[in-house]
Amino acid sequence: MTWTHEGFEMVVGLEVHVELATNTKLFSASPNRFGDEPNTNIDPVTLGLPGALPVLNRRAVELAMRIGLALGCEIRPCVFARKNYFYPDMPKAYQISQYDQPLNVDGSLTLPDGTVIGVERAHLEEDTGKSTHVGGAGGRIHGSEASLIDFNRAGVPLVEIVSRPDIRSPEQARAYVAELRSILAAIGASDAKMEEGSMRVDANVSVRRPGEPFGTRCEIKNLNSVRSVGRAVDYEGRRQVDLISVGEVVRQETRHWDETDGRTHTLRTKEDADDYRYFPEPDLVPLAPSDEWIAEVRASMPPLPSARRACLAEATGQDAVSEAVSTVVDRGQDDYVHAVVAAGGDAARALIAVKEAFADEPASPRVPAEDLAVLTQMEVAGEVTSTQAKTLLAEIVAAGGGDARALAAAKGFEAMDTSELESMVDDAIAAQPDAWAKFCAGEAKAMGAIVGHIMKASKGQADGKAVSAILDARRG
Amino acid sequence: MGRAVELAAGVRSGEVRAADVVEGYLSAIDAREAEVHAFNLVLADAARERAAAIDAVVASGGDPGPLAGVPVALKDNLCTRGVPTTCSSKILDGWRPPYDATVVERLAAAGAVVVGKTNLDEFAMGSSTENSAFGPTRNPLDVSRVPGGSSGGSAAAVAAGFAEVSLGSDTGGSIRQPAALCGVIGVKPTYGAVSRHGLVAFASSLDQIGPFANDVADAALLLESIAGHDPGDSTSIPEVFPSLGASLRAGVEGVRIGRISDLPAGADADVEARLEAAFEALAAAGAEIVDVEVPAFTYGLTAYYLIAPAEASSNLARYDGVRFGLRVDAADTNAMYTATRSAGFGDEVQRRIMLGTYALSAGYYDAYYGKALKVRRLIADDFARAYERCDVMLTPASPSVAFPFGSKTADPFAMYLCDTYTIPSNLAGHPAMSVPFGSGADDLPVGVQVLAPALGEPVMFQVAAELERRAS
Repeated sequence: MTWTHEGFEMVVGLEVHVELATNTKLFSASPNRFGDEPNTNIDPVTLGLPGALPVLNRRAVELAMRIGLALGCEIRPCVFARKNYFYPDMPKAYQISQYDQPLNVDGSLTLPDGTVIGVERAHLEEDTGKSTHVGGAGGRIHGSEASLIDFNRAGVPLVEIVSRPDIRSPEQARAYVAELRSILAAIGASDAKMEEGSMRVDANVSVRRPGEPFGTRCEIKNLNSVRSVGRAVDYEGRRQVDLISVGEVVRQETRHWDETDGRTHTLRTKEDADDYRYFPEPDLVPLAPSDEWIAEVRASMPPLPSARRACLAEATGQDAVSEAVSTVVDRGQDDYVHAVVAAGGDAARALIAVKEAFADEPASPRVPAEDLAVLTQMEVAGEVTSTQAKTLLAEIVAAGGGDARALAAAKGFEAMDTSELESMVDDAIAAQPDAWAKFCAGEAKAMGAIVGHIMKASKGQADGKAVSAILDARRG
Repeated sequence: MGRAVELAAGVRSGEVRAADVVEGYLSAIDAREAEVHAFNLVLADAARERAAAIDAVVASGGDPGPLAGVPVALKDNLCTRGVPTTCSSKILDGWRPPYDATVVERLAAAGAVVVGKTNLDEFAMGSSTENSAFGPTRNPLDVSRVPGGSSGGSAAAVAAGFAEVSLGSDTGGSIRQPAALCGVIGVKPTYGAVSRHGLVAFASSLDQIGPFANDVADAALLLESIAGHDPGDSTSIPEVFPSLGASLRAGVEGVRIGRISDLPAGADADVEARLEAAFEALAAAGAEIVDVEVPAFTYGLTAYYLIAPAEASSNLARYDGVRFGLRVDAADTNAMYTATRSAGFGDEVQRRIMLGTYALSAGYYDAYYGKALKVRRLIADDFARAYERCDVMLTPASPSVAFPFGSKTADPFAMYLCDTYTIPSNLAGHPAMSVPFGSGADDLPVGVQVLAPALGEPVMFQVAAELERRAS
């Protein structure tokens, strides 16, 4: 996972904004809900009406503390600060955030491959409203006829997680975001849906020759998927190296990632940067979580994805970094796999079955664990072929459960014994002499025609693996 | 006993009808409001309806509360549901708050009758009420002079008998200075004693709502009615607000009154003379006068004119023409902001927004805002040391009696000096009040300021009541 380009390495730090999964906003009682009619979840505080005052949401603080604890941060007494700038979807013309005294500091995130990425801070702040620019090109404000503002999102609690510049490749950047997303979902802090904007990533990218001081960095905005993070970071690293290679300098600026042309473009230069005039928010008092409160939050924390992956890997005999293990843990279906095992199911088969067939199921699938356990037992015992098991699994998932034995009997499924298969292979070779000759001559593809014949003859009941084994054996 | 206390007692017992009471005050308004201009809005119909409703409660055997039928005026920076709240600024043109300030709710729960919204210096920035977008308020005692500010309308309304009591807000002296100039009682409570929810912010860490009244007892009753914890204001003090009734009759035997030996100079001789007389009167009543030092007092004004504008520059940024109030259309959003804010804010407000923006700017923060915060801590420390040796301190409330219109408008700094003696209490978050104590030049009233430590309202009122008894 190393990235080099003409002798340069990249240095990346990520700023990730996550919307917290609270019922109400950070400083008012309006609902925190995505997708409602515009400007329905508003109130005097959300709109920044004169005389309105913020009151801190305790649940938001708890979720922010969970994030801090999950990232191994120190939770410290903190102060809210005003970040002042004018923008139409920023109702008060300041954002209540945290500045020099954030809630969580000095943590880290360990990527699945063991790389440790430092986390500088994770602080609480409020989200802005959302502007829609109509009548212009590409939804940008420039050249638009009018702007519509939806304040439903204004005041939604956010935690901004700032990594240290420890990331060295697009793969690590992607892994960091993916792992963070898994953690946030696992601890219930956020639904972390990048496509709905509840998790947003900005990347600070610079390049240098190894061992040299950090280069000038550019901040890239608008990274809406894990894939975009990787692509944008890669593009930006190459762009900077190419500039330096022809004797130019990298200017510190904010750049916009364009998903369609696969490039970053200048958004604003350092000279245009706002002076945010941070100062302590006088409408709120300092927040100093007590040791008891921190302990309470710590005790309420569910296990983290890394621990759950290790546990599932051990239970199923798989590698902790395998796709099946991480997919099932990300869906939160690992407890279900453990339940299937507890009900007597085969662990490895249960894991694969859940990974393959439960993508649309919730964390607690409707199918009773016992039903899946029975199916895996039947497969292990050779009562059904793997192909038949797959058919039964699809039906059981669709129906939300079912007795695999009764279903198999109803369909007339039973595992064919070897002699039956052998005679079917005889028939197939007789029917497909050309294919057999090619197969014997070493053309692996030719096997497909013979297997297809057998599957057709057996109405899909033959075990593909067993057939291949017989054919290989006969070829000698 | 105060007049408001008596009125409420009469209305609660059924001896007096709230409807008759309110008519009396409305006729006083009819007679002199055109001359005084205390109000931005008189709510005559609403007041009559409210008084009738209170009488109905009494008639049916109910109790409308401790302020039953008492006519009260509200500074027009207190939000009133459905009723225009202007801050005497063009920028809030047409805005009607969808909610009542907590103090407005509490007054209603106590049975008070709101008669109108009073004039102020725009966004409470000023010491003469000359900075109102709707024209100045005149001092009812001499209409060629200012009533003080920024709560000039609320002070004038009580002095003119347009309302028995009123509410103002005090960020650097905006209750105490106009109280002194209009010859009424004005109280700035301990920071956090009264909820700021629904008070349109000027400088959040300094703003505090408080009462105006003709009597110390009435001021105490009004303060008790509005004080107390409000979960809607995070800076509201959680403790129960102390009761003041017993303090009013306690006398000052043995109370230690601090005289600040290093108080900044600048008060007129007539004001100095009345302050001396106040010390003598309290000594005669059995109080002990002790000399104390508050070295940082003198830096209060400078620190205040960094902290207050800094907070104001942020608090007033929301008036951007996007969601409410005035909007002046222009080619693009930034031009609209500039056009709206240039047309909507008066000179003094614009001056303070610029001062505050500068004080918070990158590269200047430490030298200005940061240093001002240090001075603020010094003042609190110096006060704490002084209060080891005394229970309250006395200073002038205003360096002068009411001054003529236009005499300070050309020189903003001369106007800022009006708050020399009042500002330190705001910076420390302490209570302070102005009590009329005789007259100075041109037979105009002089206010003596009583300062007390945080939640020291009982002893502050104890001394104020004695001054009141000895003023006549």
